[in-house]
Amino acid sequence: MKYIDEFRNNKLAEKLGRAIFDRAAGLRPINLMEVCGTHTMSICKFGIRRMIPKDVDLISGPGCPVCVTPKSYIDKAIAFSRLQGTIVATFGDMMQVPGSYSSLIDEKTNGRSVKVVYSPLDAVDIAEGNPEKKVIFLGIGFETTSPTVAASLVYAKKKGLKNFFVYPGHKVILPAMEALLEDGRVNIDGFLCPAHVSTIIGMTPYNIITKRYNIPCVIAGFEPLDILQGILMLIEQIRSKNKYVENQYKRVVKRSGNKKALDLMKEVFSIEDSEWRGIGTIPKSGLTLNKKYSVFNPENAFSLPPIKTTHDRGCICGNVLKGVKRPPDCKLFAKSCTPVTPVGACMVSSEGTCAAYYRYRQ
Amino acid sequence: MHDLIKGLFLKNLDNPFLNKRGDSALIDTKDKCLAYTTDSFVINPIFFPGGDIGKLSVCGTVNDLSVSGARPRYLSCGMIVEEGFLYKDLERITLSIKAASKKAGVYMVTGDFKVVEKGAVDKIFINTSGIGEIFKGARLSLDHIRPGDKVIISGTIGDHGAAVLLAREELKFTSRLFSDCASINDLISSIICKDIRFMRDPTRGGLATTLKEIVLESGYDISIDERRIPVKEPVRALCEILGLDPLYMANEGKVLLITSARAASRVLSIMKRHPLGRKARIIGEVEKKKQKRVYLKTAIGGTRILDMLRGEQIPRIC
Repeated sequence: MKYIDEFRNNKLAEKLGRAIFDRAAGLRPINLMEVCGTHTMSICKFGIRRMIPKDVDLISGPGCPVCVTPKSYIDKAIAFSRLQGTIVATFGDMMQVPGSYSSLIDEKTNGRSVKVVYSPLDAVDIAEGNPEKKVIFLGIGFETTSPTVAASLVYAKKKGLKNFFVYPGHKVILPAMEALLEDGRVNIDGFLCPAHVSTIIGMTPYNIITKRYNIPCVIAGFEPLDILQGILMLIEQIRSKNKYVENQYKRVVKRSGNKKALDLMKEVFSIEDSEWRGIGTIPKSGLTLNKKYSVFNPENAFSLPPIKTTHDRGCICGNVLKGVKRPPDCKLFAKSCTPVTPVGACMVSSEGTCAAYYRYRQ
Repeated sequence: MHDLIKGLFLKNLDNPFLNKRGDSALIDTKDKCLAYTTDSFVINPIFFPGGDIGKLSVCGTVNDLSVSGARPRYLSCGMIVEEGFLYKDLERITLSIKAASKKAGVYMVTGDFKVVEKGAVDKIFINTSGIGEIFKGARLSLDHIRPGDKVIISGTIGDHGAAVLLAREELKFTSRLFSDCASINDLISSIICKDIRFMRDPTRGGLATTLKEIVLESGYDISIDERRIPVKEPVRALCEILGLDPLYMANEGKVLLITSARAASRVLSIMKRHPLGRKARIIGEVEKKKQKRVYLKTAIGGTRILDMLRGEQIPRIC
């Protein structure tokens, strides 16, 4: 398969693995943080950890959008689904995330109208096909996803749709990376930067990490050769004491990113402080609908009963997301917290660190 | 599901036949050993590329008997439909059952039909049960597997799961995917011998779940080479786009078998001569260690551990 098989060539993978061993030799143990949930899954799925030295430690960061969505968001989404005449449309990952008292999959089982969609434009189709219903799409994801959500809102505005809403919960990745570094508890020697986010934002935003914090950044694709090459590039920077933004994923990521996507986001969203599950509030790290599109925000259109969000006892998802702890460090991991009975979001999401560890037994 | 079976059904309905947890119950009579099985079919959509619920209800039960080492002979069929279900759809399904039974060489000897109020079932549910006669040469049991035994899959994986997903979600792909829904009794009868230790059809939960069930029940580890597992390009493409794993997609016309090392090549070459076994491959082997793990050597030479599917696979957000 074009652009897939070439980047899964096992001979080249072995060569890269040997090069990593060779170039990491003599270095002190290093921590490389892979921020993106799809990197986490790919590393586990292809068994990459077993191909690199133990002293090159890959830490999973907060790049799983489902994992960092606050519990209060889930509780509100559930409350929207309980309103008469609404359809909640969502990406599939969100269905099993536990809220304080229920989950969207439980609500669906109990007869609420909750639909899984593959694209926000599917949610627009549902709204157009059901004019008597109020369709609320759960706007979750990083910069990879927010442009398509923005596009759906531009379309809805153009069509004058009165029954389509987006409950905004998008996050922006750079503030979270900075917040981790400010936290100081994790020693990060390099960042493997998210591939698809970078196709949108380009290379420039990462300069703040290299310039202010003196930490190398390599944007890497998701195929195993991409990841191995990305790791090698980081090791080379660490060896040479250079700290700059490099692009391994040249076949997709441009330096300036995707202007059209960025313009769409500017058209629809404004930046706000945002709560990240398990981490807390990070300034200027979330997207909400701006004034021009505020009419599409269901928080302005519907009134909900008061909701008391509970805390997850014993769950250390926040520390796992920050890379401070690993899933096996959690007392609940693989015992009371499993993919079937998740406590925290890191276990539920297909890209969650705990789910990846559990599934691929890293 | 496994916990429910163990904790509720086996616990309360405990008997020597059920406790074996085979795809069929084996019942010794004076002259022969019979296999007896049942399965219920609730698939949505009821019509999909490559088959329908009728064909599936025959093939599913025929295959459960076949992988138990039996020649399928007689089936029963119970249908429950909701009020308003179209006669033309019922007729189409019935004709499908007729064609599938004829192809498998089985008789539908008894049945039942009920109508319930609209919404009480989703269009139509079908249960089939089946009786077969255990082949004289068959000695199938997980107790017989040994380190060094080879693991063979009869063909490409994930076809049924991918086809049904496309049909159900009405995803717009230009490639057409077809379910592999088929009766494998003829394929199995061509290879059944004492060197075949165990067989199972990797249906819901896919190849990975079936392998995990085997290691849990036998106690042995199994190692599999991902590069040897056959997957059709359109199935791979769909899985890549949606973030799904073909190892966990359902199959309805495949058999996973474990053979002695010495017989593996011979069994494989017989399978490859059969229309349903052309893509058969040896994909792994039983290991000496007993940690009840399935190890997958990945396409790039890494290793990961396979677990069984819990819940449904969900496409990822980004």
